[in-house]
Amino acid sequence: MADIKSIDKILKKKKADFPESLIEKIAEASERHDLNAGELEELIDRIKKAYERATVEDGEAVGTVAAQSVGEPGTQMTMRTFHYAGVAELNVTLGLPRLIEIVDARKKISTPTMAIYFDEDYFETRFKKEDIQPEAEKERFKEEFVRKTANMIGKSSMNDILKNFNLNYADMNIVVELDEEKIIDKRLDRDDIIKRIEKAFKRVQIDNNMLSFEPSTSSKDETKIPIRELRLLADKVRDLQISGVKNIGKVVISKEGLEWVIHTEGSNLGSVLKMEGIDKVRTTTNDIHEIEKILGIEAARNAIIREAQNTMEEQGLTVDVRHIMLVADMMTADGSVKSIGRHGISGEKASVLARASFEETGKHLLRASIRGEIDHLTGIIENIIIGQPIPLGTGSVGVIMNRR
Amino acid sequence: MKGILKKIAQINFGLMSPEDIRKMSVTKIVTPDTYDEDGYPIEAGLMDPRLGVIDPGLKCRSCGSKGGDCQGHFGHISIARPVIHVGFADTIHKILRSTCKECARVLLTEAEIIDYKDRIKNMIKNEESITGIIKEVYTAARREKCPHCDEEQEDIKIDKPVSIVEGNYKLTPSEVRERLEKIPEEDHLLLGVNPKVAKPEWMVLTVLPVPPVTVRPSITLETGERSEDDLTHKLVDILRINQRLKENMEAGAPQLIVEDLWELLQYHVTTYFDNEASGVPPARHRSGRPLKTLAQRLKGKEGRFRSNLSGKRVNFSARTVISPDPNISINEVGVPEMIAKEVTVPIYVTPWNIEEMKKFINNGPKVHPGANYVERPDGRKVRVYPETKDAIIEKLEPGFRVERHLIDGDIVLFNRQPSLHRMSMMAHEVKVLPYKTFRLNLCVCPPYNADFDGDEMNMHVFQTEESRAEAKSLMRVQEHILSPRFGGPIIGGIHDHISGAYLLTREGSIFEEDEVFQILKHAKMDLPKPKGKPWTGKEIFSLLLPEDMNMVYRAEICGKCDECLKQECKNDAYVVIEDGQLKSGVIDDKAFGSFAGKILDSVVKEYGTDKAREFLDSATKLAISGIMKKGFTTSTDDEEIPQEAKERIEELLSKAEARVEILIEAYENEELEALPGRSLEETLEMKIMQVLGEARDKSGEIAEKYFDINKNHAVVMALTGARGSMLNLTQIAACVGQQSVRGGRIDRGYNERTLPHFKKGELGAKARGFVHSSYKTGLDPLEFFFHAMGGREGLVDTAIRTAQSGYMQRRLVNALQDLSVKPDGTVRDNRGVIIQTMYGEDKVDPAKSDYGKVADIDRVIEEIRIKSGK
Repeated sequence: MADIKSIDKILKKKKADFPESLIEKIAEASERHDLNAGELEELIDRIKKAYERATVEDGEAVGTVAAQSVGEPGTQMTMRTFHYAGVAELNVTLGLPRLIEIVDARKKISTPTMAIYFDEDYFETRFKKEDIQPEAEKERFKEEFVRKTANMIGKSSMNDILKNFNLNYADMNIVVELDEEKIIDKRLDRDDIIKRIEKAFKRVQIDNNMLSFEPSTSSKDETKIPIRELRLLADKVRDLQISGVKNIGKVVISKEGLEWVIHTEGSNLGSVLKMEGIDKVRTTTNDIHEIEKILGIEAARNAIIREAQNTMEEQGLTVDVRHIMLVADMMTADGSVKSIGRHGISGEKASVLARASFEETGKHLLRASIRGEIDHLTGIIENIIIGQPIPLGTGSVGVIMNRR
Repeated sequence: MKGILKKIAQINFGLMSPEDIRKMSVTKIVTPDTYDEDGYPIEAGLMDPRLGVIDPGLKCRSCGSKGGDCQGHFGHISIARPVIHVGFADTIHKILRSTCKECARVLLTEAEIIDYKDRIKNMIKNEESITGIIKEVYTAARREKCPHCDEEQEDIKIDKPVSIVEGNYKLTPSEVRERLEKIPEEDHLLLGVNPKVAKPEWMVLTVLPVPPVTVRPSITLETGERSEDDLTHKLVDILRINQRLKENMEAGAPQLIVEDLWELLQYHVTTYFDNEASGVPPARHRSGRPLKTLAQRLKGKEGRFRSNLSGKRVNFSARTVISPDPNISINEVGVPEMIAKEVTVPIYVTPWNIEEMKKFINNGPKVHPGANYVERPDGRKVRVYPETKDAIIEKLEPGFRVERHLIDGDIVLFNRQPSLHRMSMMAHEVKVLPYKTFRLNLCVCPPYNADFDGDEMNMHVFQTEESRAEAKSLMRVQEHILSPRFGGPIIGGIHDHISGAYLLTREGSIFEEDEVFQILKHAKMDLPKPKGKPWTGKEIFSLLLPEDMNMVYRAEICGKCDECLKQECKNDAYVVIEDGQLKSGVIDDKAFGSFAGKILDSVVKEYGTDKAREFLDSATKLAISGIMKKGFTTSTDDEEIPQEAKERIEELLSKAEARVEILIEAYENEELEALPGRSLEETLEMKIMQVLGEARDKSGEIAEKYFDINKNHAVVMALTGARGSMLNLTQIAACVGQQSVRGGRIDRGYNERTLPHFKKGELGAKARGFVHSSYKTGLDPLEFFFHAMGGREGLVDTAIRTAQSGYMQRRLVNALQDLSVKPDGTVRDNRGVIIQTMYGEDKVDPAKSDYGKVADIDRVIEEIRIKSGK
């Protein structure tokens, strides 16, 4: 009986203004406990009291508290890079270095990684279309599809599909044999591979699965040593990327519960989201700038919160989300992801004194002098510098005389 | 009382023109010297008396005020030839590059000029930073041909630090200045020079201000020798070269010599401003120490900004070693009498307290509750001496201010560095105690992160009523039991509090009534009515609980069984409190420990901070009384396991080592299958680590079986969360396990091996740092060495981590410090920019929340149902 609307009605009657998340929680709890009208009203009364008690006070220095709450546990974090929880095959930066990376808003993070989920609805439509009935069959189809997608995403090089590799110094060429089985096992398209090879190497002869490569003709050039050229070519042939999404290296397929998930080393959200059968809602990356570029600033803000929260939790530290939210909101307030530090937020403060007292003192003072900057002394550090009470907490209250 | 009479509204920044500098100057400085032979300052020298006085006895020749009151006056040096100001060299370079060499206009078309000007003016009006747009202008104005006069432009380069080179010709500062002068005023703004306060040519100096002597005081050493300030040294250099340059110019010396001197002058002026400018060797003192010139005085952690302006030294503070005192309240701090007599509280004399004040004065500065100074209404301060005290008492009347010693009940601020969060500074009530250390209750160690291995802490005494009132309502320890970081308690019982409470409340802990009263009396608790029969420990602890408290939770010692037996739990880990009676379960870390205490948490949130303080004070005292009654001791005997267990562990470990050998063999025979996405080597390492890790855990499990919580106090500590962990114990008793460096087994040292005791390429457990022994049996030399490697990494790690996280926190605080919640519920910075439309999306203060939530809804519902009797 206790839907959100009826709760809203009671709230209006009681002149209480609850945030949405709280109303939802009340509705959910009253459903679970099957509350009657009287009980619900009593509950709301009590919650109202609790909410009033727990509300922030005006002028509260929430910024400083947030910064301390995020920074203080930093001393208790580890420095090392550990294996990723769940997938042993991938290394992901964790602990303090990761937290620093997040607040720094680094363009190039040290270990970009993606978690790619699949869309159940897509599978259902495929099952219907291809008339797959038995559960076992469905499972097999899913696995097959996941493996195929994984191979499309993950990087494969020539080396992975070769049966034979021959450096022929007599003929000055390289003869290789493609392994048909491996190609099928990797669910790659043979024609596509051939096309890629032809595109990458001009002097190549293809005879079924036997390929022969020759160094470029300019080997007449005196400065080049033919044997070295051949060896260089051999490396190039081996390393030729024959499939995969740009910037993504290794992929690891794992089953989390009943669901297939692909974890990657490297990240390319834009390209992966365009692929078929991917769950576009849950598939994600740990690269905040990429999220900003592909999904926008709100998504980037959420990504900062999620990444920071996960980093803390993984170390067994609890930090209230509100603190992390504030950090994330500060970093994204003007529509782009800005770092915490002299190149971001601190470097763009309005006050000369605030900037000068943080870092690059001389630069800011000299610049202010030719620009004729004016410091209105509204911030914390400025008022400390000139020895006045700070405009926060108790100091944010003034008295205005009512002149009649 | 002095209030704030004036408020500084704003600070304007600008450049000084040569005229400004001359106008401000009280004298022209010519002589490159300070004092004459008789020790008198030379007229027109660097210590000219008109520049101000330092000695308190003398009067200033310029302003007439006494030394100490006179802030000093600037002089000036006329420079024979212009020199470039280092700080502006970059800007000058950019401006020259953006202007025409012929007509001096900006190299932009008329249309561009109008467009940029509009945008810049707009941005200034909106108080936005114009740095970005000025940069745009600089790039846009890099034209090869002037749009105004069609003159071909030459490339202008900067040769660090101050040389400006056009094509192949090095421009002299005079030429630079001429060019800058020619730039029409309407173009200034485009180049980032605000015409209201600056002109481009002022960036090339023709006259140099000489700071007053108060800025560069000379010190007299014990030997009677005078030692001049670094700035004075630098100014002497400038004057000397300036003088020579002038003489040479007047004598018509060859161009080459003049230019050399000019260059030298430029060097001295450059280093006078910034002695760390890139491209110039720093000017050095005779001893070889680089001079500290103007920029160095401001810059960095020890510079004026961070060291003197953002942080200030204070009076009425004290610092000493801390030590524990379980008998004082968490709200109190024990202050040594010596300190109490030194730092004082100002008290205004009123008709109601005048007698009391007289008593303080009568005691004088040397007897404890005394007074050090008396301030008369006219502001004159008199020190209280035993000889003068009677005269002072006679004159004392309302309106006087007495600076009396600290006494019990005064409120002071207590702090331990590093002050990482707001709980690092809390207000305590003074308790004057003998001896020389600050005393604090053990429960407040976690928020300060303090221990007693020599830690020192600071104390500050409030000097105004407002600050005392504010501290009492906002900063007292009891107001900070809950941490704003996660909304749970950060202050709570530690170590013996926890094990004591456990010993007291565990099953079978029964006391005769007389013992109960002894315990309660020792804990300074109210005595209940005698029952006439033995008490259980749970009954004793229940005396502390509020009468209407109801809660159920699992204690720290809970073994996390698959199926919970609830009240029948054999560990007695299922805690049930009904109507303030502890029905079942033991009291341990989860009950009132710091960071975890559930009962404590509930007391704070439901009964308020006063109640919580009382609860914590009594609970810890009770636990200590309990532990004293029961006795508590631990030794290496606690980690003793029977021979049979040792043999089993030995067998287990050798089996594991054999398995490692098998893995290595498989790897060498290339039979090992690589894990997906891993190389063979990595796979082998991972598998070995896994096998050895399991072996350590299994050996620990074997040892654990012989660890009985009822007979073994080390186990009591580990399981209740008082101190140490089960891992610590099993490492002592069974096996220390794999040592690691950089997250893996040890693989460094010699060529292809860790130590010369092994074969090259050996991969076995022992060769890569597996410590097979236990701490108790002792490590063999190889194991000991590997253990030291792992230990060293830990130490290095900690050192680096503190530095890194400290810097991160400084940046975070700096970025977020201006944010506050406004009356409309939004979070804004000091410019008024909205950061959040509603704080935390629900306006809930985490410090006042229940672990981040408004309330535990399920519990509230339960309470409602209990009340209605369902």
